[in-house]
Amino acid sequence: MSATLRVKVWRGGADGAFQEFEVPRRESQTVLDVVTHIQRALDPTLAYRYACRVGMCGSCAMTVNGAARWTCRTHVDKVANKGELTIAPLRNLPVIRDLVTDMREFFDKWARAAGQFRGARTRADDFARVSPQSAERVQADAAIECIGCAVCYASCDVLARLPEYLGPAALNRAWTLVNDVRDAAQAERLRAVAGDAGSLSCHTHMSCTERCPKNISPTAGIAGLKRAVARAALAGEL
Amino acid sequence: MSARSETLLWVAQRASAGLLALCVTVHLATILYAVQGGLTGAEILGRTRGNPAWAAFYTMFVLAAAVHAPIGLRTVLAEWFGWRGRARDFALIAFAVVLAGLGLRAVSTVFA
Amino acid sequence: MSRWLAYAHRLSGIALAVFLPVHFWVLSRALELDAFLAWTEQPAVKLAEWGLVTLLALHLAGGLRVLALEFLPWRNWAKGLAAGAAAFALAAGLAFALAL
Repeated sequence: MSATLRVKVWRGGADGAFQEFEVPRRESQTVLDVVTHIQRALDPTLAYRYACRVGMCGSCAMTVNGAARWTCRTHVDKVANKGELTIAPLRNLPVIRDLVTDMREFFDKWARAAGQFRGARTRADDFARVSPQSAERVQADAAIECIGCAVCYASCDVLARLPEYLGPAALNRAWTLVNDVRDAAQAERLRAVAGDAGSLSCHTHMSCTERCPKNISPTAGIAGLKRAVARAALAGEL
Repeated sequence: MSARSETLLWVAQRASAGLLALCVTVHLATILYAVQGGLTGAEILGRTRGNPAWAAFYTMFVLAAAVHAPIGLRTVLAEWFGWRGRARDFALIAFAVVLAGLGLRAVSTVFA
Repeated sequence: MSRWLAYAHRLSGIALAVFLPVHFWVLSRALELDAFLAWTEQPAVKLAEWGLVTLLALHLAGGLRVLALEFLPWRNWAKGLAAGAAAFALAAGLAFALAL
């Protein structure tokens, strides 16, 4: 193990460039440790995001050696090829500065995919009874742990060609709600995820499923949406 | 194009794909078998001429391909060449007609 | 792996869409089939034939993978479908090459 790491870090906006730093190598070092060291000891003008640093919030997601990852959960030993690292902001999102991206479009698409729960009961009604073993609930449960880190979104090839594509996270969220038997906005939701920007544009490259740090498979959820949308179209309900 | 039409195209693509999977498998197996020990024109036509079962099979094959190929190209044209809209769709319908026409003519030549 | 297979699926589809009209047109001229078949004995043509069969197998395998992912319930082996599809295409290409 070499004593130092050669780290290339993206600086500036969309038309910025990589800047090289030399960072002392330590045991059990994570990529977030490396970025933090650069900002604290070498260049205080470096902009980056993190919060929990223990793999729970998803704020520290960046592109490390070409792949989107949580930097706090990425050990340098796992990714440093011959003591070298390249760190860039997440793809498919506008760059604000250095390693920080503008997440607004990512979350706006959740809304556009009808990714909010819409209930029909009031406090006067009895509780909804949903069995955790029911087919729909099993499907929903497999996908609800998403924390909105945008690693899947940054890994999606379709987004590079089709910027208006809703993306794996938004569609995954829509899928959990399609499987929520209490939700009253199903027709509207299917309309939201049909069409050009919706589930039908997924080409099953599965980069999202490959990279999701929570082991969710947006590909599976999007396939479910495709089937639901197709059924609705054939039944004349779309 | 409306979400409903887009979805119906998607359904047509998957349906024709399923049909083609069967047709292609049969076709590949047949060709592999035929290629063993060489072929002459007479040999091929001897087996195919006046054979209604094969004629029906290949007619179905041609029509499925005439649906599947244009819809597939439609996505490629949109994503890799930025061509969307009515003109593209008309061009693809024309391509479908050409494909079906040439294909059915081939079927009648080989199987009639 | 899945992403490369998806691109191969798309490229083979384009190639087949270009090839198919030519294939149909040639078959319509079956009266001159013997002369045409003599021409196909050339090694360059044999190579092209092998290429087409492999592309067809690739497109078929890639397509079956899409159908499996979109219509079958999700299982963990779904991730291995791309490798399986590529293997199938290679096997088909090999079978054709050996049969030639």
